[in-house]
Amino acid sequence: MDKHFWITDQRIDINDCISKVTRAEAGAVNTFIGTVREFTKGKRTLYLEYQAYASMAEKKLTQIGEEIAAKWENTETAIVHRVGRLEISDVAVVIAVSTPHRNDAFEASRYAIERIKEIVPIWKKEHWEDGSLWIGDQKEKISYKKGVPVEEDMRND
Amino acid sequence: MIDVLFFAELQEAAGKANMTIDAAGITVSDLKTNYLNELAIENIDQAMVAINEEYAEEDSIIKSGDVIAFIPPVSGG
Repeated sequence: MDKHFWITDQRIDINDCISKVTRAEAGAVNTFIGTVREFTKGKRTLYLEYQAYASMAEKKLTQIGEEIAAKWENTETAIVHRVGRLEISDVAVVIAVSTPHRNDAFEASRYAIERIKEIVPIWKKEHWEDGSLWIGDQKEKISYKKGVPVEEDMRND
Repeated sequence: MIDVLFFAELQEAAGKANMTIDAAGITVSDLKTNYLNELAIENIDQAMVAINEEYAEEDSIIKSGDVIAFIPPVSGG
């Protein structure tokens, strides 16, 4: 499979993502790995469930790769996001960016994760000891439910 | 015919992942007001809408055969 931007319901192979961007012109490969966190502001997560509109999500991940290529010269980007049930410490997302020099690789991978949180149709359902909820806008422009969970629980930085 | 997809909490609120509507030439806004109102989906107005996998506006016209997705605020990553 030669896709650089994809959704999977399988455990993510980090090296597979990295190898897609490794090349002779690159002096830097920056890898961002997003994992499932157990505690958020003291509240314990048991597991997460991710859902995606997979076909559109792959298009939007591809668009992010194109945006990166336009903003930073000579980049190669690969992004994979997992869906389904994920346990604590499982890898949810991997972003690999290669560039000739390190600074662009750092900046571009930061850009990629922020854009994922804006435009890619993927959703996370938190399962806590005392309930569950689809998490809304992580950038906090919209608060879905007043009170429960408290606003800090909605954050995902 | 128009295919409508629901995701995440909207899917739970609608009680289904998708439905088909016998209509064409309506706007996104019409779809919500005149065709989905009986589902009484809370927060549907906070959702973005995609037509054929591209984000669309409230006044975008939906053609027969289009796939409309209601996209609640995303939370990937």
